[in-house]
Amino acid sequence: MRIPCPYCGSRDAHEFAYLGDATLTRPDPAASDAAEAFHAYAYLRENPEGAHREYWYHANGCRRWLVVTRNTRTHEILGVAFARPSTDEVPA
Amino acid sequence: MSARYSFLSLISNALNGQTGWRPAWRNAPPKPAYDVIIVGGGGHGLATAYYLAKEHGIRNVAVLEKGHIGSGNAGRNTTIIRSNYLLPGNEPFYEWSMKLWEGLEQDLNYNAMVSQRGIINLIHSDAQRDAYARRGNAMRLAGAGSELLDAETVRKMCPFLNFDNARFPIKGGLMQPRAGTARHDAVVWGYARAADRLGVDIIQNCEVTGFIRDKGAVVGVETTRGAIRGGKVALAVAGSTSRLTRHLDLRMPLESHVLQAFVSEGLKPLIPGVITFGMGHFYVSQSDKGGLVFGGDIDGYNSYAQRGNMPVVEDVLEGGMALMPMIGRLRLLRSWGGLVDMSMDGSPIIDVGPLPGLYLNTGWNYGGFKATPASGWCFAYTIAQDRAHDFNAAFRLDRFRSGHIIDEKGVGAQPNLH
Ligand SMILES: Cc1cc2nc3c(=O)[nH]c(=O)nc-3n(C[C@H](O)[C@H](O)[C@H](O)COP(=O)(O)OP(=O)(O)OC[C@H]3O[C@@H](n4cnc5c(N)ncnc54)[C@H](O)[C@@H]3O)c2cc1C
Ligand SMILES: [Zn+2]
Repeated sequence: MRIPCPYCGSRDAHEFAYLGDATLTRPDPAASDAAEAFHAYAYLRENPEGAHREYWYHANGCRRWLVVTRNTRTHEILGVAFARPSTDEVPA
Repeated sequence: MSARYSFLSLISNALNGQTGWRPAWRNAPPKPAYDVIIVGGGGHGLATAYYLAKEHGIRNVAVLEKGHIGSGNAGRNTTIIRSNYLLPGNEPFYEWSMKLWEGLEQDLNYNAMVSQRGIINLIHSDAQRDAYARRGNAMRLAGAGSELLDAETVRKMCPFLNFDNARFPIKGGLMQPRAGTARHDAVVWGYARAADRLGVDIIQNCEVTGFIRDKGAVVGVETTRGAIRGGKVALAVAGSTSRLTRHLDLRMPLESHVLQAFVSEGLKPLIPGVITFGMGHFYVSQSDKGGLVFGGDIDGYNSYAQRGNMPVVEDVLEGGMALMPMIGRLRLLRSWGGLVDMSMDGSPIIDVGPLPGLYLNTGWNYGGFKATPASGWCFAYTIAQDRAHDFNAAFRLDRFRSGHIIDEKGVGAQPNLH
């Protein structure tokens, strides 16, 4: 499995560390349903068969967090972007 | 129905040219309805059916398997059985499983090749010895038995290990003498045959594709061989759980991952039991055919592919070289991967619900083979009685909501670290 890092180019998966599902957003702790929302955020997963948006960290490369869209049935990489859109610009 | 295996049946078949043997189980066609439908013909599903019939007298039971029985993790694992857990929610359950293993072959009238050759978890530092001493004490309290070995004893048992590795010198080990291995396929076949003898229908090439609902309750399943109604529907599909619960709009505390394993060419008896090298992410035993059977960590990313990638292959083989450099002289015969159900705290779920008519058995991570007998036994109890037995009382689905998680490794809600 190779991951095309937007900064470093196509690199072996060995260089990356995996965090998991990138579709979750941290709930508002002040909301009235916070306990329920945090349970879902911390523990429940879509765990799809097919396209999965997930965080990878390019530990042995540019050390940027990426959001990779990958097919969990075939391991095919469908798309890659920096995790933080504001840093999409590649530094000169 | 198949006859009992005995010395007498061996002799009579030897005399009549082996013509008296019958298939070990019927390849049953689906009936329109059952009291209990078990989805998944792995070890856990088949064991559940057997104990439902044997312990609870519920015999109108079907096991639905999308491929052939044992084609999932039950036929892909490295066959290690042990009850060397630390936490009170886990240890009595796994020790009950070990006790069932010890009587399994007589109970099933089937040779499952249960071999209690012992397991040694290697120790490399004083801190690790303290941790293992504590675990060993927990095991003794649960009746599992344990021995804390010094380096000299480990050296006598396994002289081929690299004791003087600069980073991880071997300082001793925690041993469970009653642990060992069992023949995984034989466990599947033994449970299938024993369940069939009690009237259970084992239905292969029958994939569950959806559920029949009635006012919120689950009252049956849609399959590739038609709809089947069930008084109770019990899921035992390991890494495929989320695929099925999606039809019920349920999200599970699970991620599906790939775990790889390896086997070498056969060689003369070398490895006395099971050896685990936790620091190097490597464990090894030797099969009865002589091949070294070994593995390490899961690949670490969500996967339904049932095959892994090179980084873990390298990592496992490096661990093997560090622990026992002689392994470098061996040829690798094959490697494969299985689809494991990693849970958010690394511990399983055997529970009633979460919908009326539904029962869950999942979250076995990389270690559910050893659990097969107790998992089936407890799941059967839970289905028949509509409540958990003491042995699986902690394996509740709602523990993630209530905070009663069972995290042996203490790494938190990060499935790829368990
Ligand atoms: C490489 C590897 C090594 C392992 N080593 C060990 C070990 O040494 N010791 C240990 O204790 N554990 C080990 N495990 C873990 C252990 O194998 C599993 O936890 C255990 O087998 C899971 O229970 P099971 O046998 O019921 O699962 P499975 O055999 O996976 O059974 C699930 C069944 O459900 C079927 N299914 C799925 N979806 C559907 C559907 N929609 N309809 C009908 N049927 C369906 C599948 O085809 C499958 O047969 C290992 C696992 C792997 C992959
Ligand atoms: Zn990079």
